[in-house]
Amino acid sequence: MENKIIIDTLWVLFTAMLVFFMNLGFAMVESGFARSKNAVNILSKNFIVFAVSSLAFWAIGWGLMFGDGNGFLGLNGIFGLKGADNSPATGDFYTGVYTAISWATVPLLAKFFFQLVFAGTAATIVSGAVAERVKYISFIVFSFVLVGVMYPLTGHWIWGGGWLADIGFWDFAGSTVVHSVGGWAALAGAIILGPRIGKFRNSKIFPIPGHNMTSATLGALVLWLGWFGFNPGSTMAADPESIARICITTNSAAIAGILSSTAVAWIVLGKPDLSMTINGCLAGLVAITAPCAFVSVESSLIIGAIAGAIVVFAVIGFDKIKIDDPVGAISVHLVNGVFGTLALGLFAQDVFSPGTTGNGLFFGGGFKLLTSQLIGIGAVGAFTFAISVVVWMIIKKTIGIRVSENEEIEGLDIGEHGMEAYPDFEKVS
Amino acid sequence: MKKIEAIIRPHVLDEVQGALHDGGFPGLTVSEVRGYGRQRGHKEIYRGTEYNIEFVPKIKLELVCADSKIETAVDIILKTAKTGQVGDGKIFISDIQDAIRIRTGESGENAL
Repeated sequence: MENKIIIDTLWVLFTAMLVFFMNLGFAMVESGFARSKNAVNILSKNFIVFAVSSLAFWAIGWGLMFGDGNGFLGLNGIFGLKGADNSPATGDFYTGVYTAISWATVPLLAKFFFQLVFAGTAATIVSGAVAERVKYISFIVFSFVLVGVMYPLTGHWIWGGGWLADIGFWDFAGSTVVHSVGGWAALAGAIILGPRIGKFRNSKIFPIPGHNMTSATLGALVLWLGWFGFNPGSTMAADPESIARICITTNSAAIAGILSSTAVAWIVLGKPDLSMTINGCLAGLVAITAPCAFVSVESSLIIGAIAGAIVVFAVIGFDKIKIDDPVGAISVHLVNGVFGTLALGLFAQDVFSPGTTGNGLFFGGGFKLLTSQLIGIGAVGAFTFAISVVVWMIIKKTIGIRVSENEEIEGLDIGEHGMEAYPDFEKVS
Repeated sequence: MKKIEAIIRPHVLDEVQGALHDGGFPGLTVSEVRGYGRQRGHKEIYRGTEYNIEFVPKIKLELVCADSKIETAVDIILKTAKTGQVGDGKIFISDIQDAIRIRTGESGENAL
């Protein structure tokens, strides 16, 4: 077997495993930002969501996303990866029904695993925004629909050779495909659920502090590590120049996000709020996800810095319009997913991946790329938000969406799971 | 001087505290406690086995005030801590012999 196939496969599987590790990151950030009475519930959601995602993406998601079809969805090899495929053959040697991803010189199951961990990430984003009040079973059902149908459809438009790819929309590692899709679904859920009891009273905002900043910090650093799989891995090939540069653009955006969110929080809120620093780091990472392969290190610093500032104002803004997002998932993933996708249209330079994006607005490329990016953001947002509203509403009318008031006050841990995360008072027997 | 010890539900604390503050009671001590009265706890499950949590998490609130203000304080707590369900808690009132402010050595009601 060719060395390239072996090395690329190792690279793809290794980075996919890093992305898988982000499940832990999300679990720690979300449970840390929530109250202790809901910790078991949030940990459970983060655990089961990857199981549900894996099943849904294997059963239909992969085929809808990467199967040959029309501009809107895959129509071949939809179910259970059963379509013809002779990967790792590429180019003229490829025969199969997953043409859109036939450029990667790795076996089909390596492609599947890499795409699966991305799909799982989109579903996990929703978990944080609906935390502390959503019914466990309702979240499970929504996750299945999101990863089985919604995510793959918009994914097909962009990465599956669909209509957005045709008009020149670019999203290297998924600011839109993964993060803003998860963010739109989360926004719909948070609006339909309504705020947690006690968050907004007498037209005032009451903070509901998270119960463990230690685990939130652990989670954020795990996510940061995972992003070195998310972005550099999206080359799906161990191309030395690219993966090294993408590592650095990714890291630069994260550190710029940390510095700017901390500074903005310090100036605007009076103190360097750790939870904002964490959100700022993640905001920078989300924003650089789309443009990471197409921009310079200097540009990535600027993109990260803007993202870190945006996220602080977004968190404050969503509170003001009474949309309750306990972990800031919408501010991080939706707002900065959109910003990062736009930033690609501004900061892209053809020299980094010749023959792909061309130059963005700031590098003499005019409005062409930026316009495509805007169309993609609008189309994916409108579709995902609308379908999410419908799915959440159907769930609300059938199995219910929110736990009872009593259960919410007592905590979902006892109500949904009959157990506590920290049963620290025990009779010695 | 009298002391109020009230056992209340954790989630009503914010409201009780706000109302007491607005009602002219500047000081308050609270602690997280566990206990049971008629509300006999709830069932939990650990790895398939059900067990009873008899001691339910509550907040104990302690407040010392002049005799003349005791009725107001009780009223405020009754109004803000009541949900009408079993488990709302209880209020205990007892006499206080003296109070001394450590910083100045003042005693009696002046120290409150």
